[in-house]
Parts: sequence; structure tokens; C-alpha cells
Amino acid sequence: MPWITRGLKDGIVTTRYPKRPDGYDRTWRGSVSVNQSRVDEPPASGDLESVASSCPTEAIRSENGLPRLDRGRCILCGRCVELYSDLFTLGPDFENSVLRRESLVVPQAAESEHALTDLRGELHRRVRALRRSIHVRHVDAGSDGSDEWEIAALTNPIYDIQRLGIFFTATPRHADVLLVTGVGTLGMADPLRRTYEAMPYPKVVIAAGAEAASGGIFARCYGVNDGVGELVPVDVWVPGSPASPFGLLHGLLLAIGLLPRRSASRPPEDEARQ
Amino acid sequence: VITVLTDTEVRLTDLPATVAAILARGSRFAGLFASPRGSDVRLRSVLVRGKLVELVDAIVPDGCSRYPALTPAVPPAAWYEREINDLFGLLPAGHPRTDPLVLPLVAGSPPPRPGSPVRAARAELDLSALPAHLTGEGVFTIPYGPVRSGVFEAIEYLVETPGENIPHLRSRIYYKHRGVERRFENLVPADGVLVAERVEGVASVAHALAFCQAVETIAGTDVSRQASLVRVLHAELERVANHLDSTIRHTEAAGQAVALARLTVHKERVQRLRSRLCGHRFGRGVVVPGGTSGPPLVSAREALRQVGTLEPAIRSDIHLLYETPSFIDRLRGTGVISPEVARVHAAIGPVGKGSGQLDDARIDRPYSAYERLGVESPRPRDEGDALARQRVRSEEMWSAFHLVRESLDELNDLGLPHRWSVPCEAESGEAVSWCEAPQGEVLYLVEMAEGRLRRVKPRSASFHNLALFPLAFPKDIFTDFAFIEASFGISVAGASG
Repeated sequence: MPWITRGLKDGIVTTRYPKRPDGYDRTWRGSVSVNQSRVDEPPASGDLESVASSCPTEAIRSENGLPRLDRGRCILCGRCVELYSDLFTLGPDFENSVLRRESLVVPQAAESEHALTDLRGELHRRVRALRRSIHVRHVDAGSDGSDEWEIAALTNPIYDIQRLGIFFTATPRHADVLLVTGVGTLGMADPLRRTYEAMPYPKVVIAAGAEAASGGIFARCYGVNDGVGELVPVDVWVPGSPASPFGLLHGLLLAIGLLPRRSASRPPEDEARQ
Repeated sequence: VITVLTDTEVRLTDLPATVAAILARGSRFAGLFASPRGSDVRLRSVLVRGKLVELVDAIVPDGCSRYPALTPAVPPAAWYEREINDLFGLLPAGHPRTDPLVLPLVAGSPPPRPGSPVRAARAELDLSALPAHLTGEGVFTIPYGPVRSGVFEAIEYLVETPGENIPHLRSRIYYKHRGVERRFENLVPADGVLVAERVEGVASVAHALAFCQAVETIAGTDVSRQASLVRVLHAELERVANHLDSTIRHTEAAGQAVALARLTVHKERVQRLRSRLCGHRFGRGVVVPGGTSGPPLVSAREALRQVGTLEPAIRSDIHLLYETPSFIDRLRGTGVISPEVARVHAAIGPVGKGSGQLDDARIDRPYSAYERLGVESPRPRDEGDALARQRVRSEEMWSAFHLVRESLDELNDLGLPHRWSVPCEAESGEAVSWCEAPQGEVLYLVEMAEGRLRRVKPRSASFHNLALFPLAFPKDIFTDFAFIEASFGISVAGASG
């Protein structure tokens, strides 16, 4: 009985995201960006070598004399921002999910807008039937454990993804979306594939976190497949280490074509903006 | 309290008897670890009693692929010896079970040998190497996992049962084995801490702290008081978040919908406070060799204000939970680990404390700022059930909040340090260090040569305590499983390595 009144005590705590931006302090690490002004005026190539080698996960490389940052490898340690604050910025932006692995590399080289539209169109055709009721099956393919906390947080009253028609399901037979975390360990390769195969069509796969995209800091370890991209056909890539609840929410909404126009008018792939 | 560390070397054949003799004097078995010494392998057992840490070493000479097992005389060595067998190919002769634990390799393929100069090739697994094991007539095995019903880490439990009871249970943890130990090798300590933070992601601060303390011991570095306080601040908030998580899983299993909703909100608020303090929801990037990366990002006064709203809200809900019979009834008498079993199997953390094993590294072997802040000893308990473990966790939450307030107060009074991180030029040497993570004692064995990490062995409390999990089902049935698992508070990533 006392729980009933207690349940009403705090009123509504749920975020308005994605309709409105959330008030959660924007001090935390969402993503690293390459400063546009310095891209136009690149540093000497020798410098760029040391910039690239400063990254503990080899997320930075030099391309035609310009620094490129792979958010699929970036673990947000902030080393590059500390050493080369003129080149890199650590920002709170979490709306960084993309439809292609290559699009995690920023700033994005001028790419075929056409190909991206095709990709988005194909995904939207696939998920059209699912829009108002999405069932998500999570599989841990070798995470460090923090990713599961962030995914579990999505069902708390603050994120409350049920309000968006998104539900977690215990069985792959009911699942529309496969949400994969972790580096893709050797031991999880088969269970992951079996889960994917057990899901009915249409199905969508989300790789959550830099570890799922590339193995993160554990890339090339002896027990690791360097991400899950080789194991299942990934449709949406969510960067982060781990991907934050808001980042995951953005990835889920991107996967099912439910991002409101505010975000849709600024496709997350266009990271060249600053 | 001044910690006393002793190191003795014995003949390989004397190792089991020596360790057993030290344990007979009341020490606790904290682990057995292997490290290459040229083409030999050194086995090091760590034995702890209060402020005394004893290291007993023995050399397995080159060409020798067996050694006399400790397990028959020292039961808690069982998982350590199986792990060493998997990673080094050293067979513990006389061990009751030598099937693979963390890495079921194809027969004849080379083991990864952490610490050896040869880079480990990608492993090849042979899952047929894992035995199926049935104990009696009318018993069948229910495999549960690795893909489980809900958002969980991957682990497989093989439940052998005649129906309702669980007379036998085995945990398969190899699914998540990444090979984290080898990832540290050849890194500089500043990069090594990034790996440490990801060994067991929900206890990032504890792992970073234990790792950095080992490096600082090698370098002979003293961390500033302010940096130590910031370390305590983050380590204790991590404890609150983890203990809330465990409580949340209890309320979920008990179907306490309102409590579940409220506690998940509290946990999210703790995570947000952590991210406001440092920019990361799991406190990553705070602890660095030589200190911390900087001051908290919000003022001590503001942080105190937020703690001041969080703590009473959490306390009030947890107290109400303890007055809710439909909750308490599911935990009381569930998953009993008797004090005797806990002692023999050297249980640590809340699992040990719920069964009368009160060791706490913050109190008995104080590090960082803990000694002067003063940590309250947990109330002795010997019920050993899920409720006792839950009560240990809530008491630890209150003392964690106390420590958080104390460190913020002192930070406020002290003002800025000369430097938040002092230069930590570790060259060569080795060190053992410890830290009381939310799951229990974390150990780091670190060896360095020429400024780089040569061998790092993290031992999470999850690995150590998970070995006791099958012992917690003396008279419990299927529907108790979720409670017993939640009350252990295991992170599989930490156990699998």
C-alpha cells in the first residue's frame, strides 16, 4: 500500500526526447569531432603522424593530409583533445548513429548522397510494417558489462522507451531488432548468429558501442573478432564507449525510421558540420 | 595500519603444503597467478590476513607441463588452476576437474601465455572439449544462456536437476573471454589504465585504481591528498551504483514494480551525478597514474547538494523495501552460503560479508584516502542468505555516501593541489595492489620493464566469487535462481577476462 502513494510522489520524470532536447547536462562525453577550421588549414603531415599515433585505439589516421577520426574505434578517452585541442573537440553530441560503418569516420568525405538515400530507403521499406511496436532482443557478444547497464536504463522511467512503442523481448522469435554489444568474442560468434537466424523477417541489426563496431581497445586480441560486423549484417552503428542511453535511443529511432523531422532535417551522417 | 607484504619462494613440490599451512593460520586464499620467467613459469599465490599479504612463489621449469595441484588441499584454487591450464597449458596434476574454464582451445594449439614476448595468435575454440556431466538417475540438464531472457551479460549456466531442486550447477564463462591480460602488454601505464577501465566496465574506477596503485608503487610515486579524495569520491559513487543495480535486480525478480521503477530512477541519477563530476557515466578517465585527470567538474558545494537529495530518497525507498514482506520473503533463507563454506572457499565482497567474512581492503589494507577518512566496519552477519548480502550492500551504500560527503568536504577545505597528477615514471619492477570494488577485492599483479607493462594480471572479485555460486543452492529451487544470482552481483566480463 505505501508503494502506491510513493509511486505518485515524484510526478513525471520522463524525458521529452526525441520531441524536445533533454535537459541532462551537456558536460559529458558524447563524441569527439575534428575541428572544421583546422581541416581547411591542415597541419604539416609530420605532425599528423604523431597526432595519429597518440590515439590508443588507432582511431585517427591521416587522409590526404587531413585528420580523420573513426568514431567506430574511438573510446572517448579524450587523449587527442588533450594533446591537440586545436584539432579535436570533445562535445556532448550523442546523435551520432549512422547507417554505414564508413560514416562513423569524421569529417565525412564527400560521399554519394545517392547511395545513402538508397540505403535509408531500403531500411525504411523493411521496417515500415514495424513502426508502432518494435521488439528488441539484446545480445552481449563480449561487452565489458557497462553497455548492458546503459541498455537496461532505457526501460527506466526517465528514458521509458515503451512510450515510443519499443519493448525488450526475451525471445528472438518475437524480435524485430537485434541490439548487439561487445567486441564479438570467439565464443559468442555462434550464439549471436543463431539468435539472428531465429528472428523472423523483417529484421534490423544495431551494433551498439565502439567495441561492437571495431573491438575498441580490444581489437586484435586473441579472443576477439574485432566487432560484430563480420558476424551479423549490421544496419545501424551507434558509437560510444559505452553507447549512452540517449545515443542508443537515437540509434533505435534511426533504425525504425522514427526520428522526428528536427533530426531528420540534419542527417547524422553529415558530420562535416561543426 | 601499515600493510605488511612478504614474498617467499618455495620448491614447486612444496607449494600446496606451504599454502595450506599458511591458510591454516587463518589467512584467506586470494588467488594463484602465473607469469613467464624466461622459458620457466612462476606461480604466485596471494594469501591475505588482515594487514598481512603473503606471496608464495614457485617456479615451474621449462619443459615441465604439469605441477602438483593446490586444489585438493586448497579448494578455492580450483578456478585459478583451471584458468592457468587454459592460458599457459600447465596441467595441475591431481585437480579434480581440468576441463576448460575461460578458453576451450583446439587440442594442440598453443595457449596464449600472457606475459610472454611472443604475440598470441587468434585462438581457435573447440567447444566439444567441454564435457556434459550428469550426476544421477532421473537428472537432466537445463542449459540457460549464453543468450538469456533479458538484458544480461553472456554466461551459460548448466542446471542439473531432477525437477525443482538444483543439486548441481555449472557456470560456463568462456563465451566472453576476450584475452584482456595480453592487451596490457607493451603499453605505457597511461594507456594501460584505459584497458583496466574496460576489464570490468561496471567497476571501472576500482580497476583503474588498483592498476594505478601498482604502477605508483613501482615508480615510488605519492599521490596528492586531493587526488586521493577524488579517487575515493568516484570509487564510492561506483559502489552506490553497483549496489543499487543489485537491489534493482532483486526487486525485478520479486515483481516489485513501483520499487523497481523508483530504484532505476535513483540509479540513473547516480550515473548522471557521476557524469557531471567527470564527464563519464562510469567514471572513466578520472584515475590516471600519479593522481587524477583533474578536479571534479562541479563544485564540492553543488555536488554535496545533489548527494543531499539523492541519499535520503534512496534510503527511504530501501527502508520501505525492507518493510515489504513480499520482497523480504523471497530473499530470506534463499541461497544460503554458511560461514564455514564462505571461509573455506574464501568468499569476498558482499558475498563474504553476508556470511561472516568481514575482510574489507579499505579497512584492513587501507589505500588512497581511506585510512584517514575512516570506513565503518560492516555489521557482522552469519545468515549467509540473499537477504544478508542485500543488507550488507545497503549498509555499504550508506557508508559510501558518508565517504562521498567526507571527501567533498575535505576537498572544499583543502583547495587546489600543486598538481592533480604527479609525474609517475615507472621503469622496471613489479607490484601487487588491491582495491575494494563493489563486487569485492580486486587484485592487480603488475610487472614492468623499461617503462612498459610486461605482464598485468587483473583479478576481479567476480571471478573469485562466481566459483562459489554453485554452492549457494543447498535447498533452493528454480524460482530462487534470479535472487541468488542478483545477490552475488557478478559482472561476467570481470570473470571471463
